[in-house]
Amino acid sequence: MNTVTESLWLALRLIVEADARLMGVVWLSLRVSLTACAFGALLGLALGAWLAVARFPGHRALVWAVNTLLALPSVVVGLVVYLMLSRSGPLGSLGILFTPAAMVVAQSILVVPLIAALTRRLVLDGLAEGGDQLRSLGAGPLMTAGLMLVHLRLGVVTVLLTAFGRAVAEVGAVMVVGGNIDGITRVMTTAIALETSKGDLPLALALGVVLLMVVGVINLAVGALPGRGGVLRELPT
Amino acid sequence: MSGISGISGMNDRTPLITLQQSAVHFGAVQALHGVSLTLHRGERLALVGANGSGKTTLLRLLHGLVEGSGRQEHAAEGKKPVLAMLFQRPFMLDLSVRPNVLLSLWLRKVPRAERAQRCASALARVGLQPLAERAARTLSGGQQQRLALARAWALQPDVLLLDEPTASLDPGAKREVETLIEDLVQEGVTLVFSTHNLGQAKRLATRVIYLEAGRLVVDLPVLPFFNGPLPTEAALFLKGELPWA
Amino acid sequence: MTSRLRCGLLAASLLLGAAAAQAQDRFIVMASTTSTEQSGLFGHLLPIFKQATGIDVRVVAVGTGQALDSARRGDADVVLVHDTAAEEKFVHEGFAKRRLPVMYNGFVLIGPAADPMQTRGNNVSAALGKLAKSGPGGIFISRGDKSGTHAAELRFWKAAGVDLAAGKPAGYRECGCGMGPALNMASSLNAYVLADRGTWLSFKNRGELRVLVEGDRSLFNPYGVMVVDAARHPHVKQALAQQFADWITSGAGQSAIASYKIGGEQLFFPSAN
Repeated sequence: MNTVTESLWLALRLIVEADARLMGVVWLSLRVSLTACAFGALLGLALGAWLAVARFPGHRALVWAVNTLLALPSVVVGLVVYLMLSRSGPLGSLGILFTPAAMVVAQSILVVPLIAALTRRLVLDGLAEGGDQLRSLGAGPLMTAGLMLVHLRLGVVTVLLTAFGRAVAEVGAVMVVGGNIDGITRVMTTAIALETSKGDLPLALALGVVLLMVVGVINLAVGALPGRGGVLRELPT
Repeated sequence: MSGISGISGMNDRTPLITLQQSAVHFGAVQALHGVSLTLHRGERLALVGANGSGKTTLLRLLHGLVEGSGRQEHAAEGKKPVLAMLFQRPFMLDLSVRPNVLLSLWLRKVPRAERAQRCASALARVGLQPLAERAARTLSGGQQQRLALARAWALQPDVLLLDEPTASLDPGAKREVETLIEDLVQEGVTLVFSTHNLGQAKRLATRVIYLEAGRLVVDLPVLPFFNGPLPTEAALFLKGELPWA
Repeated sequence: MTSRLRCGLLAASLLLGAAAAQAQDRFIVMASTTSTEQSGLFGHLLPIFKQATGIDVRVVAVGTGQALDSARRGDADVVLVHDTAAEEKFVHEGFAKRRLPVMYNGFVLIGPAADPMQTRGNNVSAALGKLAKSGPGGIFISRGDKSGTHAAELRFWKAAGVDLAAGKPAGYRECGCGMGPALNMASSLNAYVLADRGTWLSFKNRGELRVLVEGDRSLFNPYGVMVVDAARHPHVKQALAQQFADWITSGAGQSAIASYKIGGEQLFFPSAN
């Protein structure tokens, strides 16, 4: 219990003192994970919406694959991306291994199946209620899926928050492709892993508390967005 | 098997949609067997029958929402008939009232310049203009159904298909919506509607079709239908459905 | 698909200013070991190097095996590890022209202060021999991760006449982890573990652990630096990496190493010729 209370105080002190290195680490965590979620959202929302309405041979296999990839361990993603981006690998000439760009790539891959699977379920449930009506109004399959995303935008926000949570909290992928380089690719989770490794458990826990508080602030901001009917009032006219 | 049919008694006989021995399957289940009918402009066709008799499927088939054999639309002056449908529970997007109507205009590629005006007049027609900025999902059941009518009306449809439009409404809202429908059909829109309410059928329809287990059993103009004589099953059905209204 | 993938990745780079970072060309990637990094040596050494040459050294700290593997793939410009046999193999394979000795420190056998297996002394193989015979009570944590420390540990078991392949001692626990996690585990289990003095001195979660065996000549732990050969990987920054190798083996680098202390105690001893 002592370690826990010690780390809570330490966490508060770290935040109040706004230590420059800590701020840098937090900022990098946010940049990497938010960017990864942005890419993940583009791909995942499209994939999920498409899977909800597409009918083609092999469709069920693809849905199965996406659902199975939900269980991708982050370190496995890291390894695969590492092998791709390694100088000896196919994309080595890009030279982005051990940089934040590689971390974004790895985390994007990690969140796409999550966003796609959850979006597909969201859209399917929505279409069960309103799919007929939308088609009657003249919407084709992809359009109905897209309209559902607008209709269920609060659900979409939750999906994206879930994805962000997964990204910002993972350590396996960013450790392998980023290398935890001080000042360049050290993020909150790899810093926590390092401090744990060094036996500085109170500091490691304190960093964990800081991480949670940062995510908490983000959730507050999201919750404060204008509510129902406010986020998107006007359709294209 | 087209069942018992007769002359509808309407002047305008332009066919809009024809079904020729149409069948609809959902997997192993056959929802409609060998249904033949022609929908003419100006008709007001009521579909009656027990739950599961195929009324909704027939409506969806007429609209073109389900895959089925033997369906044909007839183009007048090179234009296919504009179809619009209302469902028992109105579905509105989580947006305000006005965007919900604009959506249907946008989907049907109505020119931008016309959209705002047609939207406004449709909302005015159903009396929802004052609520144009309200979130559509906060409207009452009756108001939402009226909004659905506005959304369909804005398209200037040739055929309006209604699937038990008042079934989920309280009596006051029922009256409201029915009055509105009666109002709208004065302007000559062709109507196909399913209902459990035989009084409603009597009031609105010019022609009645009775379905049983996916088969079209009776197809008569409204007066002959309700005055009989009818085959046994249909007659029993009518009796079972009394009282009126 | 690949060209779209490239576009996407380039976009990601730009978004994160990696392009900006890459434009600043004067950095090298050094693959080194977790124990070296955790000792804090780099925090002390690299700023001095940067002052002298303006070159940034980006340290990727992993196990020795993984460090050498990274370099083989061309993902590092220079390697600094402590497993002479593996380093010589690396040179022999042609990935580096030569190995330069840099510094050494010592391994130490860490264990519970009470030392139930009575390993205290200055002979590590004898100590391990006692542990092997002690049954399930004597827990030993092995890193099991192909690190320099792990390689040394295996040599000591062999010298003690213990054939691990034939049968591990009852208390043997292989964690497949770095030095820090191994020490954490030893701390919570009150177990024995072989560590390098550098990591031990900077380790904070000691519990009841103490140094039990030190001073044995065989505990000598030498570090070597190798510049990845541009002939094998044309893209490596050989010139800059060579500057690092030259500096760390020069008078300036060597005294920088010697000046790194924790609690007044020197961790690494310069050994360049």
